[in-house]
Amino acid sequence: MNIVVCIKQVPSTTEVKINSETNTLVREGVESIINPFDTYAIEEGVRLKERFGGKVTILTMGPPQADIALKECIEVGADEGILVSDRAFAGSDTLATSYVLSKAIEKIGDYDLVISGKQTMDGDTGQVGPGIAQRLGIPFVAYVSRVDDISDGKMKAERMIDEGHEVVEAPVPCVMSVSKEINVPRLPSLRGKMKAKSAQLTVWSAQDLGIEDNKVGLAGSPTFVMQIFSPKRERQSEMLEGSSAEQVSALCDKLSEMKVV
Amino acid sequence: MEYFLDEQQKMIKEIARNITEERIKPVRAELDEKEEFPREIIKEIAQADLFRVFIPEEYEGFGAKCLDACLAIEELSRGCCGVSICYAAVMLGTLPIILFGSDEMKQKYLPQIASGERLVAFGLTESGAGSDAGAMKTLAKLDGDSYIINGTKQFISNGGDAEIYSIIALTNPAKGVRGASAFVVEKDTPGFTFGKKEKKMGIRCSSTCELVYHNCKVPKENLIGKEGAGFIATLKTLDGSRPGVAAQGVGLGQGALEEAVAYARQRVQFGQAVSSFQAVQHMLADMATQVEAARLLLYACARTIDAGATNYTEDGAMAKLFATDMAMKVTTDAVQVFGGVGYTRDYPVEKMMRDAKILQIYEGTNQILRNDIISHVYKRKAMRP
Repeated sequence: MNIVVCIKQVPSTTEVKINSETNTLVREGVESIINPFDTYAIEEGVRLKERFGGKVTILTMGPPQADIALKECIEVGADEGILVSDRAFAGSDTLATSYVLSKAIEKIGDYDLVISGKQTMDGDTGQVGPGIAQRLGIPFVAYVSRVDDISDGKMKAERMIDEGHEVVEAPVPCVMSVSKEINVPRLPSLRGKMKAKSAQLTVWSAQDLGIEDNKVGLAGSPTFVMQIFSPKRERQSEMLEGSSAEQVSALCDKLSEMKVV
Repeated sequence: MEYFLDEQQKMIKEIARNITEERIKPVRAELDEKEEFPREIIKEIAQADLFRVFIPEEYEGFGAKCLDACLAIEELSRGCCGVSICYAAVMLGTLPIILFGSDEMKQKYLPQIASGERLVAFGLTESGAGSDAGAMKTLAKLDGDSYIINGTKQFISNGGDAEIYSIIALTNPAKGVRGASAFVVEKDTPGFTFGKKEKKMGIRCSSTCELVYHNCKVPKENLIGKEGAGFIATLKTLDGSRPGVAAQGVGLGQGALEEAVAYARQRVQFGQAVSSFQAVQHMLADMATQVEAARLLLYACARTIDAGATNYTEDGAMAKLFATDMAMKVTTDAVQVFGGVGYTRDYPVEKMMRDAKILQIYEGTNQILRNDIISHVYKRKAMRP
């Protein structure tokens, strides 16, 4: 079974700084890591390979430095890494990104399953996975928490929904995003580290993928960020005084005044 | 200090450190409290290929270098010596097979051990035979194509949780220790059961158990090496494993030092961090120096072994003696730096102090090791080339 796992390199901090003039993320001096949600996708890809055989190819779009992320994936069991990198891609939104990744997956060809994390930690949209499925014209299964079986051209899986979970069946090939309940990602192994050290990564440009210029970069991205800001934390407090009974009755009055009870 | 580690050694250190930070530290207090065998962590250690480190390359290992194994043990011990002994006891139990087993025996067992699929234990100690290993009573009698084993082994690390046991038994009691032989006995062999599980002061997540043999029949091919070579196998095994105990001491001392420094910098008394008081600074400086000295002795010893030395009893004994005495002192001082809270189970240093004590006792008490050292010192008239 050939599995493609899509990952993204993101800034390692959760306290992301924003440049207020350009409305973009400040990346200087911030260490890059694999999007934490993607680590579950990598692990699931490796586990499915161990169960059903085949190969795990990691795919990422990003700057040349993203090769570090691909090597880290090989350390934990992936077989190959492909970096899709081109200046033309700068400024791509989720629509343009899913177009580029789908073109890369078509070039890989002969795939049975595409796996992604449920969302990225920086953009938080969760749109790229479904976008890829749409472009490839195959089904998308979101928030998968367990893969029961893949056989006879079908995948049986359980996925998380607000009310609980749903058991679904989808034809393969398909795209799935995984939730963090699905597994505990393994730590790097010695054989993995040695393999990563000597691994030759593949790099594809826009030209290699036959990308149409107007579909990528700022030109191909209909999403326009009006403003990004850090919300101000405002909190007002009032201390109640008196005996416990008085405080309780004062609190009840306040709450009903505020119409919360 | 630059230790000139090669690329593989740096990788091993990083992998083991990752396991300590991500998997061991978050659960070590709970494992200690519940006295629960760290099966999940052992799986992660296996998955990370760390059991391959002490297995020769031709049996799916990574070269069986002493320093490589010591680096893994040191990093795991920084987190918890209870976990690291589960790992190190596998190495101890595997050494007789590596050193004296036939190629057939190695083919059969070493790849399974390398993958972490099966754990190993070493059975030497008996209730009447501790430091005086020659007083053992366990017998192995040849009966056709099998040996019949009778006796009880005590204080066996990984006892009950390991699948493969390397044990020492007398095949010719009249000859004393020269009549001892080593055997592999697999779990679930009829006549082999587990006795008392010890309730210990430290390293509480590791299992320490009695092995009971009652007319236990093992095939003749399970004899490791030759009949009568069991005592030599034991001595060589312990020579090879003692740097591992020293590595436990170095890792434990390092872990305690890190905890003590971090706490001293944030604990405020008399309006300032206690790390600013000279009394505390000098304690921490001594601790750091002692850890570093032990590490140097250990690495020098491991490199001596890896360079092909044939007799390294004295080197291993010195490394184990110095590093474990250091660990006892440094963990005790770490509790002192913490003050009252260091004595509670809210912080890891009291556990570290409890864990340190066993290092001075097992795999040759530090008193027995001093006997070994002085006999070598006398032999070479204290001279060094």
